[in-house]
Amino acid sequence: MTQAGPTPPATFLGLPTAAPRGVGMLRGDEPFPAAARRALGDVQLRRNLGKATTTIRGRRASVVAELDDWERLRAAGAAIKDDVLAHLDDYLIRLEQQVTARGGVVHWARDAHEANQIVVDLVRATGADEVVKVKSMVTQEIGLNEALADAGVAAWETDLAELIVQLGHDRPSHIVVPAIHRNRAEIRDIFVREMGTAGGVPAPAGLTDEPRALAEAARRHLRQRFLSARVAISGANFAVAETGTLAVVESEGNGRMCLTLPDTLITVMGLEKIVPTWRDLEVFLQLLPRSATGERMNPYTSMWTGVTPGDGPQAFHLVLLDNGRTATLADPAGRAALRCIRCAACLNVCPVYERTGGHAYGSVYPGPIGAVLSPQLTGVTDNPSLPYASTLCGACLDACPVAIDIPSMLVHLRAKVVDADRGASHRPTAEQAVMTTAAWTMAKPRRWARALRAARLGRLLGHRRGTISRLPPPLAAWTASRDLPLPPSESFRDRWSRRQASAGGPDGSGGHDPQDGPDGPDGPDELDGPDGRTPR
Amino acid sequence: MRVGLFVTCLVDGMFPDVGEATVRVLERLGHEVDLPLAQTCCGQMHINTGYAREALPLVRRHVEAFEGYEAVVAPSASCVGSVRHQYATLATAAGDEELAAAAIALASRTFELSEFLVGVLGVTEVGACYPHRVTYHPTCHSLRLLRVGDAPTRLLRAVAGLELVELPAAEVCCGFGGTFALKNADTSTAMLADKMSRVLSTGAEVVTAGDSSCLMHIGGGLSRLRAGARPVHLAEILASTVTSPTAVPPAAASTPVTATARTVR
Repeated sequence: MTQAGPTPPATFLGLPTAAPRGVGMLRGDEPFPAAARRALGDVQLRRNLGKATTTIRGRRASVVAELDDWERLRAAGAAIKDDVLAHLDDYLIRLEQQVTARGGVVHWARDAHEANQIVVDLVRATGADEVVKVKSMVTQEIGLNEALADAGVAAWETDLAELIVQLGHDRPSHIVVPAIHRNRAEIRDIFVREMGTAGGVPAPAGLTDEPRALAEAARRHLRQRFLSARVAISGANFAVAETGTLAVVESEGNGRMCLTLPDTLITVMGLEKIVPTWRDLEVFLQLLPRSATGERMNPYTSMWTGVTPGDGPQAFHLVLLDNGRTATLADPAGRAALRCIRCAACLNVCPVYERTGGHAYGSVYPGPIGAVLSPQLTGVTDNPSLPYASTLCGACLDACPVAIDIPSMLVHLRAKVVDADRGASHRPTAEQAVMTTAAWTMAKPRRWARALRAARLGRLLGHRRGTISRLPPPLAAWTASRDLPLPPSESFRDRWSRRQASAGGPDGSGGHDPQDGPDGPDGPDELDGPDGRTPR
Repeated sequence: MRVGLFVTCLVDGMFPDVGEATVRVLERLGHEVDLPLAQTCCGQMHINTGYAREALPLVRRHVEAFEGYEAVVAPSASCVGSVRHQYATLATAAGDEELAAAAIALASRTFELSEFLVGVLGVTEVGACYPHRVTYHPTCHSLRLLRVGDAPTRLLRAVAGLELVELPAAEVCCGFGGTFALKNADTSTAMLADKMSRVLSTGAEVVTAGDSSCLMHIGGGLSRLRAGARPVHLAEILASTVTSPTAVPPAAASTPVTATARTVR
């Protein structure tokens, strides 16, 4: 559905749909626990991640602590994004009008397939067989490089870390620092092996793993790409609806090379990237660099508005992508995930991400926000293990510059996973059986009290060491690495009732358990009467 | 004050000494404690695992069980966090606004033990004596959900004889996470390993916290390693007095380690 002109607001675009299968990078090949297990065994990965996330965490903490209005900035960021989401239709139309009025062309893409086709057609129309790329999450989300390759167009990543990932035939493992899983020795090896392929400038002879030497090698390699490419493709950090201005923030200046040198610029952006006014950038240009890289201001902030004759690209195309975002917007308990500005602060503070790395999540969006966003974009049935890839420790919420309540959203998505499972099969899973039995037992105090007495049998399991070291599945997952204390000989409620009774407690009968009722354990459920309450 | 003890299902079934310690501390401070026997489990495990439907009757039961108490106190930040931050949302999602209103009212008078002592009663000195080297792990839900702040450490610093040693990277999760410990057992264990190494680096005999669940996790790992440090709930430390001390649990290696130990004999 490519449209050149403004869309009437009343146009019905159809029911919101999930991001399609078979294209892009939102789904992994295996569930998170299995992928995580393998990642945990990678000693190099564990060390690199631990070191890198600790460094970024420290930097972020110190620059955030400098601002006495950080909490108000966060609240402002959240409020601006919520306003955008509440009036997204209006803002999108305004953005389209402004971009069009300033010489740009706006395209609407329902999903990854449509967006890829639009970009492929635009590149083909220029006659180019290569493009340079600004670091962009959304083009990885839709698998644009692969789509271009299928069409015979080479896409060169120009962000240093993305270059490392691309040359290594690898996948990004972090939103801001995609090669966080690589150390400099690995990077050197990749450069030496791959830079000279596909017509690229090879790595200099005798390249060392000194950061300066690696950066210089990348510089020489990329310079040739910048100078030869006639088309550039970018994402966008922000799009100002009021003015039609697009913004990209970066650290290296390679993005700016792409945004200024080629004749044609194609920008793909998720339709939630809008801010209403130019002034709103004030909030986000403080929140984003401090949260992402721990810098007060990122080195390069590039902004462009349509086409400027004689300066920069003379053709500008903006592709607005849905790919599951409207479906996310339709869920009141989940839509705040669309506030995300891709700073990755939640990744850097997440104890799960720090140990497993990004690949375990299977999606281009890893970490806590990925555990929320990926299943929302694809629908939970395609990413059912991700909402469980968290201890709900809450560190992500504290770090989020737009205050996305990720833990609550994860719980919300878990309920969706369970409900989808219920609908999928007539036979309950083992987990469902355990959970429903537990709920049934806990529904009545007498059942619960009896269950606790029965649990005393568990004492037999630990007669040697005084603890339980081995249990059958599913509890074997606990005892694989942790002992379990023996159940007590008496539950707290039984102990309490016994003492109340012997102290001439409420029932004054002395020595018998009020929970059992006058007839003992098998007597009538006096406590489970109509109101289910304990007599006091 | 008449306090309803929200003992939590885990303390009820696995750690009755923690429940008893909570009662002792509150009674020593002159409060009347009652255990509503209609309580079973607050439903947090069901909610956090995605079983909202199964949790709803448990939420309803819990709200009804604690009607009429001036204050409700639990030896768990996690369970209080569920009442405070999940109940109303769950009830509203189920279309039960009456329950949501009752849940909000209950949440406003439900407290974790340390926040009740320090924040509500204004007490930091509870007459406790516990002559041991102790490190404190702030559980995620006490730190980031309830924001109990320094309430637990202020209480611990006032305990006679107690040497409090700071836990490095204390704010990092221990890896428990409820059913996460089973569903993602490997990642959970990786997090536990790091937490244990920090606990052991302090040289403390005892690691304490406000949640028995996290302590069961950390303690379970320490026990498996035959490490010298042991978990003790904050309530048990606060309940300990000169005349009635809380003993440090025995080190695990005091009993045979391998299966052959028995057959060799």
